[in-house]
Amino acid sequence: MNSTAVGSKKAHRRRAFSKADRTTLIAFVGIPLFFHLLLVWVPAFLTILLSFTYWSGISISRIKWAGLANYKNIFFDTPAFWEAVQNNVIWLLWFAGIATPIGILLAYQIDRQIRGHKFYETAYYLPVVLSLAVTGIIWDFLLRPDGFVNGLMGRDIDNAFSFFGNYDINIYVILTIASWRHIGYIMLLYLAGLKSVDLALREASALDGATEWQTFKKVVFPAMKPVNVIVIVITIIESLRAFDIVYIIYGSRGGLPILGTLVFSNIAGEGASMKGAAYAVILFLLSIGPIIAYLRTTFKSDVQ
Amino acid sequence: MSIDIELQKSATKYRNKQKVKDRFISALIGVFAIIWIFPIVWTFWTSLRPYKDVRANGVFSIPKALNLQNYFDAISRMDLPLYFWNTFAITVPAVFLTLFFGSLIAFVVSRYSFKWNVTLLLLFTAGNLLPAQLVFIPVFKMYITLGKAIGIPRVLYDSHWGVVLIHVAFQMGFATFVLSSYMKTIPKEISESAMVDGATVFTHYSKVMLPLLRPALASLAVLMTTWIYNDFFWALVLMSTDSKRPITSALGRLQGEFVTDYNLLAAGAAIAALPTLIVFFLLRKQFVSGLTLGSTKG
Repeated sequence: MNSTAVGSKKAHRRRAFSKADRTTLIAFVGIPLFFHLLLVWVPAFLTILLSFTYWSGISISRIKWAGLANYKNIFFDTPAFWEAVQNNVIWLLWFAGIATPIGILLAYQIDRQIRGHKFYETAYYLPVVLSLAVTGIIWDFLLRPDGFVNGLMGRDIDNAFSFFGNYDINIYVILTIASWRHIGYIMLLYLAGLKSVDLALREASALDGATEWQTFKKVVFPAMKPVNVIVIVITIIESLRAFDIVYIIYGSRGGLPILGTLVFSNIAGEGASMKGAAYAVILFLLSIGPIIAYLRTTFKSDVQ
Repeated sequence: MSIDIELQKSATKYRNKQKVKDRFISALIGVFAIIWIFPIVWTFWTSLRPYKDVRANGVFSIPKALNLQNYFDAISRMDLPLYFWNTFAITVPAVFLTLFFGSLIAFVVSRYSFKWNVTLLLLFTAGNLLPAQLVFIPVFKMYITLGKAIGIPRVLYDSHWGVVLIHVAFQMGFATFVLSSYMKTIPKEISESAMVDGATVFTHYSKVMLPLLRPALASLAVLMTTWIYNDFFWALVLMSTDSKRPITSALGRLQGEFVTDYNLLAAGAAIAALPTLIVFFLLRKQFVSGLTLGSTKG
């Protein structure tokens, strides 16, 4: 009974729109939707199609069907791909195991209003505000052959340690720079979430004799479920898509192969295949899971 | 009674113990915070020192002079005013259009009950989360093809408007999401009374909802400005003329050109970072609430 009442109310409201109102509504939705579809969804769909073709990227009539050839080439004949996968896995483990927990820990402590918490919050968040182009320059000053760290290590420019050029450790150098941003970002998100957890709840649990770790694990963490999901999703997505900072430091040459830059190194080369498109699709497929998890958390109430 | 006293005792004991612990934690986080901002401080320090002095005496030498000469040199030798103008010409229309389009969709989705509302909202939010890599090749081709078709090759490719549009297309997903969740907190009765009074859809949007949205729009504007200002990627791939690029995209080339004079480069980087830092310190509240209103961005 209730639902029919709502239904008829809806129908009534829809019929009540005047012609001008209907035009307004169509324009309100139609114009933004047109740009969004044209520049986001249509290109995304086209990239998926292109990943099954050979194309030098010049004339549209010369696109040739390739089937799975690009993917086969990537999986079986491109060692750089597997190096990239390995680096992305390291990236994910580092973010999930080190950077994100540090961000959460900082948020937890700063939220307790320890002495100097305002300054700390600003200090940790500052790197997030900077453009990655600036971040790249800042870290180059520290790590270049005649930079601060080499100076501190007592090495002059001739026998300087190459932080970006040493392929055994450069992934960790890049991860340090990436964490410099990531930790502040996670801290801020978590801090906002923590504001909603009642302080009395925590003190009560401490009075009951719980240690701080137990309080966090049993009281605070479960109360933060939506934020936790978002933090996990961000950690995974950022690790898979890592691109900017590597691109800033190495350009499109392969100083450090990761999935996000392989896409561009192959497009810029204008090879006769659409391998770049196939890389983009692989990247997309890997991030679908976290995207869906994110949408499910945020839209739970809308769908119900 | 005695239980009460007992409880109070243990509470005091707990608080005292906690105080000592907190001091230790605070000190630890403090040391860590100083390490955290050191790279920024070092860049700033470098930018104040004359190149000749550093070259003669090394980076660790005690400075003979500290001044702003590098800043003046950077502005004139690096063409910074030009790049700042480009940034302005991209950021302002992009932020404005993003908020405008986002508010339109959010308005329709949250104020009228059409059955495809949730689908629409999902489409925009998911679109915002797609990797840029997935759309880049066709967008590039579309821009070039459109330019050829209408006889103005640089209408979108290599033009500020091309970069503006791709930012708008992506970011309006985020704006829609944030604004629609904000609008849900505005009571439906306001809209209903407007409709009963016979307001048109347009009046309902512009005279009733838009004024109420102001705080959310302000937060979002601050956040979008920093994001679009900081982006260097789209201007790099969708433009070919260096003198049209925004400051963040131009930094890469400047870094190559002035690679030896890094005191000058430090000043350039500091100037490029300045607008976002000013925005952050002055409008910090809006910045943080914009980010947490949507709670995330992929």
